[in-house]
Amino acid sequence: MTHTRDPVGEHRRELLRQMLRIRRFEEKCAELYSAAEIRGFLHLYIGEEAVAVGALQALTEEDNVVSTYREHGHALARGVPASSIMAEMYGRATGCSRGRGGSMHLFDVGRRFYGGNAIVAGGLPIALGLALADRLRGDRRVTACFFGDGAAAEGEFHECLNLAALWRLPVLFSCENNLYAMGTALAVEHKETDLAVRAATYEIPSWPVDGMDVVAVEEAARHAAEAVREGGGPHFLELRTYRFRAHSMYDPDRYRDKAEIEAWKRHDPIDGLARRENVTRDELELIEKEVAAEISEAIEFAEAAPLEPVADLTRFVHSERTGAG
Amino acid sequence: MNAVLKTTYREAVRAALREALLRDERVFLMGEDVGRYGGCFAVSLGLLEEFGPERIRDTPLSESAFVGAGIGAAMNGMRPIVEIMTVNFSLLALDQILNNAATLLHMSGGQVPVPLVVRMTTGAGRQLAAQHSHSLEGWYAHIPGLRILAPATLEDARGMLWTALQDPDPVLIFEHGSLYNVAGELPADTGAVGIDRAAVRRAGGDVSLITYGGTLAKALDAAGELSGDGIEAEVIDLRSLRPLDDATVIDSVRRTHRAVVVDEGWRSGSLSAEITTRIVEQAFYDLDAPIERVCTAEVPIPYARHLEEAAIPQVADIVDAVHRVVGAGG
Repeated sequence: MTHTRDPVGEHRRELLRQMLRIRRFEEKCAELYSAAEIRGFLHLYIGEEAVAVGALQALTEEDNVVSTYREHGHALARGVPASSIMAEMYGRATGCSRGRGGSMHLFDVGRRFYGGNAIVAGGLPIALGLALADRLRGDRRVTACFFGDGAAAEGEFHECLNLAALWRLPVLFSCENNLYAMGTALAVEHKETDLAVRAATYEIPSWPVDGMDVVAVEEAARHAAEAVREGGGPHFLELRTYRFRAHSMYDPDRYRDKAEIEAWKRHDPIDGLARRENVTRDELELIEKEVAAEISEAIEFAEAAPLEPVADLTRFVHSERTGAG
Repeated sequence: MNAVLKTTYREAVRAALREALLRDERVFLMGEDVGRYGGCFAVSLGLLEEFGPERIRDTPLSESAFVGAGIGAAMNGMRPIVEIMTVNFSLLALDQILNNAATLLHMSGGQVPVPLVVRMTTGAGRQLAAQHSHSLEGWYAHIPGLRILAPATLEDARGMLWTALQDPDPVLIFEHGSLYNVAGELPADTGAVGIDRAAVRRAGGDVSLITYGGTLAKALDAAGELSGDGIEAEVIDLRSLRPLDDATVIDSVRRTHRAVVVDEGWRSGSLSAEITTRIVEQAFYDLDAPIERVCTAEVPIPYARHLEEAAIPQVADIVDAVHRVVGAGG
């Protein structure tokens, strides 16, 4: 049976493909972690793919992205090659941060991807500065700043929402509310758990979005990013989502009900989209095959990649001056 | 003919800021009360009127947010100068300074330089008590990725800023609060200065007095007094606390064979400990006497004048230390 493909359908299949890429990439990361190929902290995004994929649809190549330590999904959706991400996790010289960052600190300045920041809320002030520079120069960029619900408990969150609103900076605050700050539930650490309401007190247009629905996320992000770009000041999306896996590979996940996790899995953003779009088993298999090939190549690339020489240990503590000066 | 300008440390910093704003449109100044108030210490007085609110930006009392915004703007092509009122307040932005400014370039494999300049006041001597008076520049000098400057003279107050702005990496400039009213003369065409080397502010062959910032004048006064006793002290102004110019220090100690380190920071785990160690590591056999340190007493800085004076290094303490060092050993 053949389908007549409409552009909307095509686009949604692309969203599906991107989410699957992230899902399969991270499943492989978990395997490689167990095999001790990847070390350090590894925070998986599995379950939250609709947020990164949907939100980043709203950005152009010229826009800026600031991310967190759970940023594989953002990096992949932003176009950072899977091979350079994987090589980074292997700690190799051809990794996107030359083996100095690891899973939590992926950078690709060419794609204006300003990194995974592992201090909760630590990326928000940077996002303000990126946006301020654009504003001062008259560049019509948007800075998308991802952070979790945990950030709302940090002082930097409140300082930055106030300052961004006060100066009408072009920041798209993208709050990934997965209900847990590591092992602490939102309600255990916040009196007001409606984070969009918190943002609204700074007079920032804000609203909650179903973060398990990539189409809803994209629509909200496009609307918000457009408003930001048109000079409407910062906007805040509370993207309600859930991580299916533990906080990190170290986490025994003792603080969540199995039933709760299972209930959220019924809202799997990938299954949900495939079902709604009537994606056939054949189509899905085709995507899976393509994704698997990309991931295999990434692993091959990482395994073959050279290590940074120890002699270069202290490189990049300071900038390397070029020329005779 | 080189015309001479009567000026103060405060005016010299202001002239440096003004020059930077005129020379480079990427430069802007941001901090608490830098605009309408004219700067907590009146350093930026008049700049808002001249350059407007886009380039002289009053911020909320949100040290982390505006220091971090400086970092982000520096990453994105600007050359921000961020002012923090005092070093004690900078602790509220320590996350941004350490975890981002000092770290991003390395953590990103060389992709994210942060050409940011942060200025702040430091030091005691004005009865401002324990939350406005500490000298924490030594803590900052602990951190790889930062360059730490301590202008102690009018010339450095005038010239270090522009050089710092040329640096592709973050530079923190510590202005001792007691220096702003210091008056003197500068050549009218004074400009940028090198920031890599320490300076010998007074030559002498009997002992090396190693200091920086707010205690330089005290060390020079002590040297004057000692000269009356027939002891000629060489006074070294470190100028840059990170990186330290070991060569100038060691060269001096090799000639004088005696050293006293004067630092308004606390003694334990400190910059003075670092300098002392470097001398021991590199010039141990040149020493004729144990090294002495004149530091702030191990207390939070107290309010009462006599207590504050007793807490921080004074000329008499330096003179006494030198007498002990010169009297000791071979």
